[in-house]
Amino acid sequence: MSEVELVCIVCPASCTLKAQLAGGGLEVEGAGCARGVEYARRELTNPVRHVMTVVKVRCGDLPVVSAITSKPVPKSCVFEVVKATANLEVEAPVELGQVLLENVCGASLVATRRVRRVSGAGCPASPANP
Amino acid sequence: MIERSFDVAVIGGGPAGMAAAAKAAELGLSAVLIESRDLLGGVPLQCIHPGFGLHVFGEDLTGTQFAYRLIERVERSGAEVMLRAHVHSVEVEAHDEKVVNVVAPGGVVRVRCRALIYAAGARERTIFEIGVVGDRPAGIFTAGEAQLLMDLYGVLPGREVVIVGSGDVGLIMARRFALEGARVKAVVEIMPWPGGLMRNVVQCLHDFGIPLLLSHAVVRVAGRGRVERVVVARVGEDLRPLPGTEFEIPCDTVVVAAGLRPNADLLERMGAAIDPATGGPVVNELLETTVPGVFAAGNALVVNDLVDYAVEQGERAAEGAKLFVEGGGLPAADWKPVARGRNVRLAVPHYVSGERGAVVYARVERPERNVLIRVPELGLRRFAAAVRPAEMVRLELPRSAFEGVELERLTLEVVPRE
Repeated sequence: MSEVELVCIVCPASCTLKAQLAGGGLEVEGAGCARGVEYARRELTNPVRHVMTVVKVRCGDLPVVSAITSKPVPKSCVFEVVKATANLEVEAPVELGQVLLENVCGASLVATRRVRRVSGAGCPASPANP
Repeated sequence: MIERSFDVAVIGGGPAGMAAAAKAAELGLSAVLIESRDLLGGVPLQCIHPGFGLHVFGEDLTGTQFAYRLIERVERSGAEVMLRAHVHSVEVEAHDEKVVNVVAPGGVVRVRCRALIYAAGARERTIFEIGVVGDRPAGIFTAGEAQLLMDLYGVLPGREVVIVGSGDVGLIMARRFALEGARVKAVVEIMPWPGGLMRNVVQCLHDFGIPLLLSHAVVRVAGRGRVERVVVARVGEDLRPLPGTEFEIPCDTVVVAAGLRPNADLLERMGAAIDPATGGPVVNELLETTVPGVFAAGNALVVNDLVDYAVEQGERAAEGAKLFVEGGGLPAADWKPVARGRNVRLAVPHYVSGERGAVVYARVERPERNVLIRVPELGLRRFAAAVRPAEMVRLELPRSAFEGVELERLTLEVVPRE
């Protein structure tokens, strides 16, 4: 694996790291402390990120609800999460912490906002049973 | 006209105002929280990314989750909440008597209070304030507007985006645009260093291969009807565009992330002194402004980069309000000025008494490595591997540090470590 340049985000020092995995070991240059080496190890072996997005809501007081992955997912999987949610639509009401989508990149997608139900044309006072 | 009476009135229902109102009620004062929108929460309501509340709640929450936690605290505290309530003006009738004129759905309400906590937040700087000339077509947004459109209403403001300024909201929005399928052509920053936190530079720009053009400025916007392109130039050390370095970036959207200014107009009209360095009021350690019994907290006081600090300031102002209400004023013999020393661009509070502990929030002028942050008069010093203008320095001055020290002033300075 070739050398990768990283900026450490563990503390404000923001060390520029040169890191590579070679022969089963990790070589890091430029780290001001051991936490920087650990950061490089994580970024090179198993980088993970939370993904946040919005999901369409039917019959809500807002047109979308914000959502986040229940745990960080592999960095390489980030766009799979947003693709999976692009055409997703849920029905109001939506409660905080409600699971909107299960099993995406090993995590689930949970609501981070409350959306109340608004009744009107095509939207009876309580949601239809699926 | 309706007349109401409270010990404390809090203006602004964001994190600082919610914390202030809840804390005041928890301390046994009667408190009212006045918010102009139809819901509490403030800025975090439109922040769907995590990174909120690590200090306050010991958990990594999204802005929305953080806002709900504080709303619940306000509800438990017993503080009264007025929504869709616009503050028209404040009359300072006497030392410990103010009247807040509020236009609310039920009519005009005169809120009489002894102490006032002002937490009306900050506003974003606009494209008009950062020297960008050219056309004024559709497609120009502040970062906060873009965030509101995308993350509250699900509207994508554009597909080919150039972000002006690298403040945190701009970096966060760069990632949001990239995740929702838009293309962020560049983030253009006039300073030689990024305006936002490094973790945002890495996770919002590097992760998505978005170029950050440091020491560059957008000098002109061009487009008929809709933005078509921007003209970018390198800048010299004086931050002025260097002739001959201009190039164009085609785009349909310009997002301005050029930082915030405290909303201090109402405070100025009350006669409060304003610090040009922060754009917010001059305050003492309890965050009381130069108008007795009028306190300030959150981004209306100083632009914070962590919501935790806004909450801490709200609580501190509520403690000040309690002392003020119970004692008919703040009991301090003598206020000593806090001077800005080497590599300190701003520092809050501006005065301390030495009679109680204080927390100083400061920003440096320029990045520096291997430094001591210190207050020589108190013999206080703290090592920092690095300081950056984007990351606020928070320094506690404990009560014990003042004991037995004769003081005329304090100096906060950042010096190289020997």
